[in-house]
Amino acid sequence: MLNTQTTFVLYEEEVGKVKEVIDNLLDASNAKSIYLVDKNGQMIASTGNVAEIDATSLASLTAGNIAATGGLAKLIGEKEFAIQFHEGEKDNIHISIVSSRVILVVIFDQRSSLGLVRLRVKKASNALTVIFDEISAKEKAQGSTQGMANPFAEITDDDIDNLFS
Amino acid sequence: MSFINYASREINCKIVYYGPGLCGKTTNLQYVYQKTANESKGKMISLATESERTLFFDFLPLALGEVRGFKTRFHLYTVPGQVFYDASRKLILKGVDGIVFVADSQEERMDANIESLENLKENLEEQGYDLYKMPFVIQYNKQDLPNLSPIEELQRFLNPTKVPEFKACAMSGVGVFETLKAIAKLVLLELKKGAR
Ligand SMILES: Nc1nc2c(ncn2[C@@H]2O[C@H](COP(=O)(O)OP(=O)(O)O)[C@@H](O)[C@H]2O)c(=O)[nH]1
Ligand SMILES: [Mg+2]
Repeated sequence: MLNTQTTFVLYEEEVGKVKEVIDNLLDASNAKSIYLVDKNGQMIASTGNVAEIDATSLASLTAGNIAATGGLAKLIGEKEFAIQFHEGEKDNIHISIVSSRVILVVIFDQRSSLGLVRLRVKKASNALTVIFDEISAKEKAQGSTQGMANPFAEITDDDIDNLFS
Repeated sequence: MSFINYASREINCKIVYYGPGLCGKTTNLQYVYQKTANESKGKMISLATESERTLFFDFLPLALGEVRGFKTRFHLYTVPGQVFYDASRKLILKGVDGIVFVADSQEERMDANIESLENLKENLEEQGYDLYKMPFVIQYNKQDLPNLSPIEELQRFLNPTKVPEFKACAMSGVGVFETLKAIAKLVLLELKKGAR
């Protein structure tokens, strides 16, 4: 039986590396903002002009979207659709799956182009794949929540009750 | 699958409200949304049809406060209850940390409750999860209505293993936070177990 509590843990060092890659992608692609979302709908990192968009909603809807298109892909005998592009009147959104595990979302307008975004995303994906493969290897090696002290190891009933007070 | 981010000192958990069509899942989330202070809640998203029935999911992010210096966030999801939306339900169950089964306590909905619970078990099993080994609570909703199944019957058919259970009227909010609190607690305790 698979354990439901396979916790996905990210440490500062890894988030730092991820951030560097998407910061570079933002520059290189001339995008407005970039988000990296976990397939379960959790925001991992973002960069650029992110203030005007509700990041939590974006993460959840992106993951829902990828899950639904993944279902569609399976239905027609594909593994997944790795890339999606939605064109708006002003802003466009480019969504791609990285390392089968995380979702890279790039929002851009006429200051960039689909061709440029595509090209730069490809390069960034490779860099991100390396990082997430390292994370996976580390998880396998030590069990996900070991290593750094898990903040929940010492949690008490009172701590939990206080959350709701 | 909970998500611990040491960089932002956040922990995110996913809770799914499951149950037959029209049992009150969306109403549960709406009540939580109404009663939660602005700074603690994000936008509630409802992907619904024009007749306001859930098409894909409802989503409500909640920030509950800090535990041991970590911001604790719960992402609440509901599934569409209608039988033919099974594919969507499976997608929403991915990476779930805790389940709330919302039963419709009206007598004529007993079969629908049982069918939905069976469907939940099957869909979890497909992903390698065992409902009875994960954080799981049951809510007997619509207790305000006249034509209720007796509580013993609801318990016998829907809660054989005696997980935490709550009577509720989601429309007026009775039992809604009790249910949420119970599942949140189980999810956090599970994390604690995982930490050992
Ligand atoms: N009488 C009564 N009606 C309820 C209660 N909870 C929900 N409802 C109603 O049941 C209908 C379906 O609720 P909804 O939350 O959309 O169900 P869902 O399909 O499970 O999301 C709505 O008309 C609600 O107002 C309750 O506790 N008592
Ligand atoms: Mg609904």
